[in-house]
Amino acid sequence: MTGPSVEISKDLTIPKLFLQQCRKYGASRIAMREKEFGIWRPITWQDYLDRVKLISLGLISLGLERGDKVALIGDNRPEGLWTEIAALCAGGIAVWLFQDSLMEEVKYIIDHSDTKFLLGEGQEEVDKGLSILDECPKMEKIVWDDPKGMRNYEQNVLISLKEVMELGRELDRKEPRLFEDRINEGQGDDIALLFYTSGTTALPKGALLTHYNMLTMGHNLMAVDPCQPTDDFVSYLPFAWIGEQMMSISCGLQIGYTINFPEEPETALENIREIGPHVMFAPPRMYEQMTRTVQVKHLDSTWIKRNLYTFAMKVGYRIANLGFEKKPVPFHWKLLQKFCHLTVHKKLRDHLGLSNIRNAYTGGAAMGPDHFRFFHALGVNLKQIYGQTEIAGISVVHRNGNIKFDTVGLPLPGTEVKITEDGEIISKSPSVFTGYYKNPEATKSTLIDGWLYSGDKGFIDEDGHLVVFDRSKDVMTLSDGRLFSPQYLETRLKFSPYVKDAWVIGNERPFVTAVTCIDYEVVGRWADEKKLNYTSYHELSQKEEVCALVAHQIEEANKDLPAPARIRKFINLYKEFDPDDDELTRTRKLRRAFVEERYANIVEGLYGDQGIIHIDTTIKYEDGREAHIKSDLRVTNWPFQRSKQWNYF
Amino acid sequence: MVPKSGLKEGDVLLELEDVHMYFGRVAALVEVSLQVAKGEIHSIIGPNGAGKTVMMNCINGLYKPQRGSVRYAGKDIGRLSPHRRAELGIARTFQKIELFSGMTVLDNIRLGRHIHMKSGIAAGSIYAGKTAKEELSHRRFIEEEIIDLLEIEHIRHKTVGMLPYGLQKRVELGRALALEPELLILDEPLAGLNLEEVEDMARFILDVNEEARWKVTCVLVEHDMGVVMDISSRVLVLNFGNVITDGTPQEVQANPEVIKAYLGEEDLYATRR
Repeated sequence: MTGPSVEISKDLTIPKLFLQQCRKYGASRIAMREKEFGIWRPITWQDYLDRVKLISLGLISLGLERGDKVALIGDNRPEGLWTEIAALCAGGIAVWLFQDSLMEEVKYIIDHSDTKFLLGEGQEEVDKGLSILDECPKMEKIVWDDPKGMRNYEQNVLISLKEVMELGRELDRKEPRLFEDRINEGQGDDIALLFYTSGTTALPKGALLTHYNMLTMGHNLMAVDPCQPTDDFVSYLPFAWIGEQMMSISCGLQIGYTINFPEEPETALENIREIGPHVMFAPPRMYEQMTRTVQVKHLDSTWIKRNLYTFAMKVGYRIANLGFEKKPVPFHWKLLQKFCHLTVHKKLRDHLGLSNIRNAYTGGAAMGPDHFRFFHALGVNLKQIYGQTEIAGISVVHRNGNIKFDTVGLPLPGTEVKITEDGEIISKSPSVFTGYYKNPEATKSTLIDGWLYSGDKGFIDEDGHLVVFDRSKDVMTLSDGRLFSPQYLETRLKFSPYVKDAWVIGNERPFVTAVTCIDYEVVGRWADEKKLNYTSYHELSQKEEVCALVAHQIEEANKDLPAPARIRKFINLYKEFDPDDDELTRTRKLRRAFVEERYANIVEGLYGDQGIIHIDTTIKYEDGREAHIKSDLRVTNWPFQRSKQWNYF
Repeated sequence: MVPKSGLKEGDVLLELEDVHMYFGRVAALVEVSLQVAKGEIHSIIGPNGAGKTVMMNCINGLYKPQRGSVRYAGKDIGRLSPHRRAELGIARTFQKIELFSGMTVLDNIRLGRHIHMKSGIAAGSIYAGKTAKEELSHRRFIEEEIIDLLEIEHIRHKTVGMLPYGLQKRVELGRALALEPELLILDEPLAGLNLEEVEDMARFILDVNEEARWKVTCVLVEHDMGVVMDISSRVLVLNFGNVITDGTPQEVQANPEVIKAYLGEEDLYATRR
């Protein structure tokens, strides 16, 4: 395997590297593929260069100056990546927004970042842009790409990507050297990205990352886990997530692997299977989803398949545990492993699109040990990544053969990680950002003497691995004074296919309680089989039988815990947690402070002695309509009664 | 029949004149006349049992009216069977979904291409040369024009019977479009859909009607007054087989007889909103 052959210096920028790689690979190699109209269409490095050049010159001719911000919003498509690179080539700064951002978030970020141009994929994004036009006077043009539904739009502020490229072509004729000159003007310390952190607490903060930050981070990751130019990568997670920037741009450009874009967001998992990527980086929820798919299929399959699966997983877990303990695998276990691989693991991995995977990373939030062990049992080399947007995405990662599922691994080369006296994780590396945009106060408290203060609590264990405890403010104090991580319990609960989300409460309380959100599809199917009638999520979640089902899942999660940390009471929420309701961040992290305030009456009810909690609340739909909800939630108390008539598996 | 005011001779695509339809002694349609101009969305509304679906069946040939004429692009089609009318460019969707539920989405849409297939059974079973090329061009049409338009990429290989109702409705529209129709009859395309699905479907209908690629004239039977009044060029109101009025959405909403026919039906403007 080859590591990155690119030397990172303070002179190198992303556009310079881009130009270098396009020239090296030219028309003979595939830079990216997009599935369109049911067919994977290749785009060579030469095509990539040509398009970026035209868009870049087009943006310059529209008036893009060095340091201007270009905001982008849309699904993962080549056009999005081209425009981002084009903006960087012209000396601009890229600001990505989450596709499902609400109007207020879009407005805040566009306004705060002083965006000059906005690239929206199609009608939906254009509508968002147009509706905030008056409040964001610095925005000059909205560029759109997908013509569907755009026939009746005639505003002067709009321009299609095609027209931008046409402008670029004209400028190229007049000034054929402009594109390269602009690229050569760039320096490594120039700002490349302005990325807004999702913020579990307050308004998003814009982190400024330089070209040098991004390139060193990719370089250091690739030094640990080298990729090859022939590898495939599927780009389907939002570009607004730093992890996707890291894989598609930092690592992608340095290695030159092929980036594949799915047809539609809905087809992503199917498309991943078609491609069979070699490397993958996804937040835990993707892996949780995969686990759930397997568990549900297992529930539905035939007797023989179920037994074979159970057996193969036992073998898998045993061998994975030997791996974690760094013990050799005895010969007869190797034979068994071979058998299980051929009969079960290989096929499961194929179904999940993980056949070719060399390194699968998870990061962005905590992943439960159960999920982690599950993937290792299947033979997938899953590793934890730890980092923040402020350190270009990653600072700590597991190494091959040195994986501990309760840690996040060792610092990257060139990265120092320390724990302060009060237990906060701080790190220093060439990838640490330069500060928050227009927010010197936040910068001052986060960046001290070149050390990045993460706000996370943790410690370094005897093997030098970093253990991330939790966000400082999320750590709970149990009744016996012991500190405990609610996330740990939540991730354990989420290992059950029936539980989609969980929120564990217990800070300075007499006992621990939980609010759970059932998985509508899985529990719905279970209810169908049990011939239970229900008409809505709400009704299903409050069924006595469903509460008993969840109680059983909680009992399982409680098993290995010390008594004060066990969940003693829970309710099923009448809805799922939703980023649109501000309950989760866009990367689906629970916003604890917010839910605590929003569901104060539920918390009160859980610590009171009533068996039913009355709810009277308003919920807001995506289109702004509101609905009034009045309902009763059933509180289930420990010891959980296990009803005899239900067979849970 | 003389074209309505404002229309020229060649503008009228579909014309029903003095159509009567009886089932035994029940009069389903009495003296019904309708002119649909090229490029418009002409909606037919009326209470349940007003004869809307019967009228649609008369247009596409499932029923043959006892009296009156049905003319399409200037030609009398009253005697033609449904499949001959389909060849002329009349496609339709049904109130109750009429898909092949055991087949995939793609196969259902392919069936709509049937009338454009030139190769016979023999050539098809060998599948080489010209036949293969033809198949590919049809497949391409389906992918680029229909699946992309209706946003059903994620279900193309799914069995229709397993899909939620809203998606089945979309597939049915897809199959009708595969025929590349000039006139599209939509029989309650929004019935049973949730708000989001209604908005999607209304968008698709407008796309098909307005997009330069399609420019399909639509006859729309629908109960959702919000959508009907929003997207129609003209609206015809039926009650007990009689035409009450035929005019622009504004005219129809102001017509006292329409209000009377709908009296007691509070949901005239608020079926789903």
